[in-house]
Amino acid sequence: MTETNSRDLFPGALEMMILESLRREPAHGYALVQHIQQRSNNLLQVEEGSLYPALQRLLKAKLVKAEWKLSSTNRRVRTYQITAAGLRRLEQQISSFERMFEGISLVLNPGKVTTS
Amino acid sequence: MDWIPQIFRRRKLYEDLSEEIRLHIEERTEQLMCEGMSAEEAARAARRAFGNRMLLEERSREVWQWPTLESIWADVRFALRQLRKSPGFTITAVLTLTLAIGANAVVFGVLNALILRPLNVPQAESLFVVQHGSDVGSHSYPDYLDLRQRNRSFDDVAAWAISQAGLDTGKDPSNVWEYETSGNYFDVLRIQPYLGRFFHASDEHGPNSAPFVVLSYAYWHNHFQDDRTMVGRVVRLNRHPFTILGVAPPGFQGTVLFFASDIFVPIVNHEQLSGDKTILNARGIRWMFEMVGRLKPGVTPAQATADLNSVDSYLKKSYPKEESNDPYTLARPGLHGDYLNGPTRAFLTGLMLLSGLILLAACANLGSLFAARAADRSREVALRLALGSSRNRILRQLFTESVLLSLAGGVAGLIASILLLRRLSVWQPFPRFPLHVPVSPDANVYLVALVLALVSGVLFGIIPVRQILRANPYEIVKAGSTGAFGRRITVRDVLLVVQIAICAVLVTSSMVAVRGLMRSMHSNFGFEPQNAMLVDTDLTAAGYSGERVPAMQRRMIDAIQAIPGVDSVGSVNYPPLEPPGTWQGIVYTDTTTDLSPSKAAADPNMFNISPDYFRASGTSLLAGRAFSWHDDTNAPRVAVVNREFASKVLGSVPDAVGRYFKLQDGTRVRVVGLVEDGKYVNLTEGQKPAMFFPLLQSPASWIWLVVRSSRDPQQLAAAMRSVLRDIDPGMVLAIRPWSTELAGTLFPSRMATVSLGVLGIMGAMLSITGIFGMAAYSVSKRLKELGIRVALGAQRKEVLQAALGRAFKLLAIGSAAGLVLGILAGRVLASIVYQATPRDPVVLIGVVLAMAALGLLATWIPAQRALSVNPLILLRED
Repeated sequence: MTETNSRDLFPGALEMMILESLRREPAHGYALVQHIQQRSNNLLQVEEGSLYPALQRLLKAKLVKAEWKLSSTNRRVRTYQITAAGLRRLEQQISSFERMFEGISLVLNPGKVTTS
Repeated sequence: MDWIPQIFRRRKLYEDLSEEIRLHIEERTEQLMCEGMSAEEAARAARRAFGNRMLLEERSREVWQWPTLESIWADVRFALRQLRKSPGFTITAVLTLTLAIGANAVVFGVLNALILRPLNVPQAESLFVVQHGSDVGSHSYPDYLDLRQRNRSFDDVAAWAISQAGLDTGKDPSNVWEYETSGNYFDVLRIQPYLGRFFHASDEHGPNSAPFVVLSYAYWHNHFQDDRTMVGRVVRLNRHPFTILGVAPPGFQGTVLFFASDIFVPIVNHEQLSGDKTILNARGIRWMFEMVGRLKPGVTPAQATADLNSVDSYLKKSYPKEESNDPYTLARPGLHGDYLNGPTRAFLTGLMLLSGLILLAACANLGSLFAARAADRSREVALRLALGSSRNRILRQLFTESVLLSLAGGVAGLIASILLLRRLSVWQPFPRFPLHVPVSPDANVYLVALVLALVSGVLFGIIPVRQILRANPYEIVKAGSTGAFGRRITVRDVLLVVQIAICAVLVTSSMVAVRGLMRSMHSNFGFEPQNAMLVDTDLTAAGYSGERVPAMQRRMIDAIQAIPGVDSVGSVNYPPLEPPGTWQGIVYTDTTTDLSPSKAAADPNMFNISPDYFRASGTSLLAGRAFSWHDDTNAPRVAVVNREFASKVLGSVPDAVGRYFKLQDGTRVRVVGLVEDGKYVNLTEGQKPAMFFPLLQSPASWIWLVVRSSRDPQQLAAAMRSVLRDIDPGMVLAIRPWSTELAGTLFPSRMATVSLGVLGIMGAMLSITGIFGMAAYSVSKRLKELGIRVALGAQRKEVLQAALGRAFKLLAIGSAAGLVLGILAGRVLASIVYQATPRDPVVLIGVVLAMAALGLLATWIPAQRALSVNPLILLRED
C-alpha cells in the first residue's frame, strides 16, 4: 500500500489529524508522523512522505505556520504551529466529522443510537 | 493578493521543503540505526518508508502552483528546447510563416485601410457618393445645384473638383493641388478645423465671392512649419489674393483616400483659379470630380436613389440636350465611388485569397514537416506513452511547439508588414501627383495577424495528430515506425505539385519582368534623359497670355542658356513619356483633297518645341535642319518629323526633307528635318509617327524647359531657379532631373517586377519547405528499408533514388507545368513590362537552373541522412 493516507478515509482526515496533533504541541514533520502513528495504535499507516503535501496545503491556507528551530535533541527542524484560523477550522472539522460518524453509525447499526 | 509575494518567495519555499524532507529521512535513518540496523540498511528502509521522494516533493510543490499555467509554461520550455535541437527545421518553419503571415497582414492592411475603414470623418456611415451612371463622379455645377435643392433625401450635398494652382506666399511660389469645394463641404463632412475656421455655404455670394483658402494639416506642417500666424494671412493663388481661413484636422486629406490635397478653396472662385468664365454655368460640361451627400436619418440608400432619379427625370425634361440618360446611383465614399471601389475591392479580395492560399500552402507544408518530425520522434512518443504519459499531454506538447512556431512567425511577419505598410504610407510613386496610400496598420491588422498565427499553428499542428492518436507504443518500439509509408498519390502530393508549378510560374514571370526592365532601362527612348533637367511651368497660371507667352518663353530660354555649364536649352509643350499622355493631331498626305477624318494618313503625336530642343533632349537629327527663331508666324509653316512619320505619311524616309503634308485645317506644312523614332506615351508602344512644330508658329502656355548640362543637378536647379525668379518672381516652377520624372513612366513595370519578385521568393520558399518536408518525411519513414538496401549492397545512387525519387519526380512535374504556364504568363507580362519576352534563352535556362537549385537545396539534408544510413546501428536499435 503506497496510498495509505487520509484520502482513503475521507478528504481532509490527514489535515484534521495534523491540526489536532499541533493543537497539543508544535512539532516538526517527523515528530508528527510518529505522533499520529502512536496515537492510532498503528491502525493508521500514514506514509511519511504524504504528510508534506498536506502540511503545504495547511501552510498555504494559513492554518499553520512554520519556522526553523533547534529541537530538544539539538537538531535543526522546521517546527509547525497551529494558528487561530487553524484552531477554528479544526473545531469545524471535528464537529462535522462527528456528525458524519454519527450518521454512518446510524446506518450501520440501526438499533443503537449513539449520541455524542 | 497573497499570490504576488508568493511568486517571489517560491524558490525559498521549495528550498525549505527539500531541506525539511532531507532532514526527515536523516532523522528516520538515525533512529533505525539506533534500533540496530546498519547505516546502509537504515538509509534504505528510511527511503522506503518515506515513499517516492521526487513525486511527493512535486506534489508538495504543486500546492503553491497554478497547475495549468505552470504546466503550460513547462510545455513551452520543453518545446523551446526541442526546437533549439533542430535549428534547420525551426528556421525554415519560422521563415515560411513570417512570409505567409506577413503577406496576409500586408494585404489585409491595405484592404483594411482602403475598403474596411470608413472615411475618417464623423458618422461616415451616412455619407454617400452620388454617381451618374457610367459618367462616374462627373457632374456639372448647375446639375449639382439642382440636385442639392430638389432632393428630399439628403441633409445636404457637397461637390468638389481637383485642380492645380500656383500658390505665392511672397517667397518662392510653388504648385499646389487643391480641392475646389462647394461652400458646405466641411459642414456636410461634419469635421472641425484644427486651426482658425472653415468656409461655409454662407460665405458664397456668386462667382469669385469667397477668396478663402483652408490648408491641409500636412501642407501647413511641411511648408509653414506649424506657423499659427499663417491664419488670416493673404496669399496669392494664380495671382489672385486669397485669405487663409484655417487648417484642416491632421487625419483629414480630402474625400478620396489616395489623393492628398494641399489646400481647399471655394468652387465659386473657379473663374479666378482657372481663367474660365463660363464653366460654372455650363450644364453640359461635367467637370466636377465627385458629389458627396449625407443621408437624412431613416432614409435608405434605395429611397435616396429613387429620389435622385426623380429629380433627374425633371432635369432631363427641362434640359433634354444636356442631360445624359444614365441613372443616379449611390456608392461608399473613399475610393471615388464604384469607379475605383469595385476594381480595388475585386483586386484586393483576389490578393487576399491568393495570400490566404499561400498561408494554407505554408500550413500544409509545415504540417508535412511536423508529421516527419513526429515520425522521427515516434520512439520517444512511444516511450512516453508506455511510461504512462497521456496522449492528451503529448498532443498538448506538440501543439505547444506548433503554436510557438506560428507565434514567432506571426510576430516576425507582423513586424515586417508594419515596416512595409509604413513605407507604403509615405511612398509617393509619382513626384508630380500627390497620390499616396494611407495604409498605416491599426489594431485590426494586429488582431488579424495574431489570429492567423494561432489558426495556422493549430492547422499545421493538427496534421500529425492522427498519427499520434493511432500510435501503438508496443508496435512502434518493436517496429521502429508508425506503419508503412504510402506509395499512392496523396492530396499532399497534388498540393505540392500545384505549389511547385505556381512557384515556377512566379520564378519565370519575375525573371521575364526583371530582364525586360533591365532592357527597357537601357533602351532607346528617342531622347537622352541622363544629364538633362526639366523645368515645369504654366504661364497662364502666372498671368501671361497672347503674345506675351512666346516672348516670355524666349526670355526664359535665353536666361538659362547664359548659366555657366549649360550646354543647351530647349522647350517643349509636353515632354514625351510624361503621364498622362501627349497631344495628337490627324494629318493628310499632300495630295489628299478630302479632309474628312476617315481619309487621314496618320494620327501622329504632336510637340511644340523651341529651336534648340533636339540638342537639349538628345534627340538625333538624321537629315535636314532643326528650327530657328526665324521660324515664326511670318515664315512658311514647317515641321520636323520622325522616321515612322516619313515612311507612313510621306512615303519615303531618305527623301522626306522638303516634302509637304496637310493639317486638318488644310494648312500645308513643309518638312525641314528628320529625327529618330522614339517612345512618346509609354514604353511598350510600337513605332509611332511624331511631328514637331516650332514654338513661335504654334504657341503653348504650358511649357517644359529641357536643360542639358553636366553640372550637379542641385546646383544647376538652384541657379535656374534664381535666374527665372529674376525674370518673374511670381512664376510657379517645378525643377527635376528628367530621369526622376521618368520614374513615373517606369512605375508599372517596376511595380510588376517588385511584386512578382516578392511572390517568386515566397513561392520558392514554400516549394523548398514543401519538398524538404516531403523528402524528410519519406526518408525518415523508410530508414529501415534504406538500411536493409545498404546492407544488401545498394549503391549510393540507388539509395538516393529510393529515398528521394518521388520528391524529384513531383518537382520535375511541377516545374515543367510551371514553366509552360510561366511562358504563357510572360506574354501577358510583356504588355506591362517593356521588352519582356518569355522566349529569352537566359530566362528559360535561369528558370530550369533555379528550380533545380531549389530542389537540391530542399533535398540536401534528407539526402545526407539517407546516405548516412548505417544498417548496423539501425538493426542494433531494434
